[in-house]
Amino acid sequence: MAEYHINLPLTDEQVKKFKIGDILYVSGDVFTARDEAHHTMLTEKVPFNPSSMALYHCGPLMKKTKDSWEVVSAGPTTSSRMEIFEDRFLEKFNVKLIIGKGGMGKNTQKALQKYISIYASYTGGAGALAADKVEKFIDVFWLDKLGMPEAVWLFKVKEYGPLVVAMDAHGNSIYDSIGKK
Amino acid sequence: MLFVLLDVSIWGKIDIMSKYDVTDGIVNLIRKAETELPKDVVESLKKAYKLETGVAKTQIKAILDNIDLAKKSKRPMCQDTGIQTFFVEVGINFPEINNLKKVITDGVKKATKEIPIRPNTMNPLTGENHKDNTGNHVPYITWDFTEGSDVKIIAFPKGGGSENMSKLGMLKPGVGIEGVKDFVVEEMIKAGGQPCPPTVVGVGIGGGADLSLKLGKKALLRPVGVRNKDKDIAKIEEDLIKKINASGVGPMGLGGKTTVLDVHVEIAHRHPASLPVGIAVQCWADRRAKMVIHKDWSWEVE
Repeated sequence: MAEYHINLPLTDEQVKKFKIGDILYVSGDVFTARDEAHHTMLTEKVPFNPSSMALYHCGPLMKKTKDSWEVVSAGPTTSSRMEIFEDRFLEKFNVKLIIGKGGMGKNTQKALQKYISIYASYTGGAGALAADKVEKFIDVFWLDKLGMPEAVWLFKVKEYGPLVVAMDAHGNSIYDSIGKK
Repeated sequence: MLFVLLDVSIWGKIDIMSKYDVTDGIVNLIRKAETELPKDVVESLKKAYKLETGVAKTQIKAILDNIDLAKKSKRPMCQDTGIQTFFVEVGINFPEINNLKKVITDGVKKATKEIPIRPNTMNPLTGENHKDNTGNHVPYITWDFTEGSDVKIIAFPKGGGSENMSKLGMLKPGVGIEGVKDFVVEEMIKAGGQPCPPTVVGVGIGGGADLSLKLGKKALLRPVGVRNKDKDIAKIEEDLIKKINASGVGPMGLGGKTTVLDVHVEIAHRHPASLPVGIAVQCWADRRAKMVIHKDWSWEVE
């Protein structure tokens, strides 16, 4: 179990180094996407470059300020709901890091290996703590169409963690061995 | 005559003022629930922290740090501020029962902007967000009636991740109580990290399909660590806690000793042909807050 403090974007070489059980603290740009956002990004023109960012399964609680947005609470949402999209999502956007909670299934596990990417778990429900690691709000897309939880929010995060590498780029998943006692 | 009119107008004024205030009371109630966990839950998480090691310990530490931060900064501990759910016990001598639903609904709308809480109500057909946490049947209020003139309200904001792990089993009566236990244990292992363990699990045994689920949900209102008064049911609870925690699912499903903080069981008599088991799951953020409204609309939030 190693601990890494890393900057985004990640290279394939870096991604391959991470093993399940490793702890990560990441700095850089992330975008949020849950069910509706996955569907929208797979079917519509995407106005930003997802491949340089981490994909965050999150529907944040945001507060409108005079000319921007403030993050109030922003922990991860249950990742398994995105299982039906994630292999196609990885193929299209070449995202190197997925952040979520609760784990994902076999299709994602295979896709992580094929497209060299990892899935890392952040503590579910720790929304206030996560919001404190957001350095700034960058942009938001599809807010009117999808509403606050489902919109795609772009954040700059600093030392965001501890993330636990739960599925690596070598076909291993921490969830495979758990609950089988 | 003059005296009587004066009297009426004063009461009228107080009435309007205090109903306005009680909307703020509902906002306070929701704020309390969203930003501060009940002591029983925090104590039980602290015990889990002592018990766990490695990755499991990092998860409980993040949870405890988050609880502290949310309380200090008066921010919702989780971005999923839930579906606004209330259990209301109305004293039948409360003079304005007809206004209670509006007061709660107005409070939810105000809380959405003021705290704030995430707009969480979507039209199931169009996906459109109602933007104020209200809508058809929401806030979801369960009404009970009792003696007296006080109204007791429990706010129980319910997150989606844990709600998605709810289960209904229409078991064959022949499987008996051991079959019931196996069903609960298997479902909680299957749920893995998805409901944000360590969870609190409510199990309703008996009744019909809807009643078993309702009993499961209501069982979640009982504080963590408090056993059912019936000794036989308490034993079933203890057995379920032991079995689910022995699975090793652990905090956030990443492995560990604490998968549930508690299991609460409630029962109802059943039809001879049916053995319904309703499972309601609450994430570690077992958010609950209480409020009392008196007959003059004065109120307290506990």
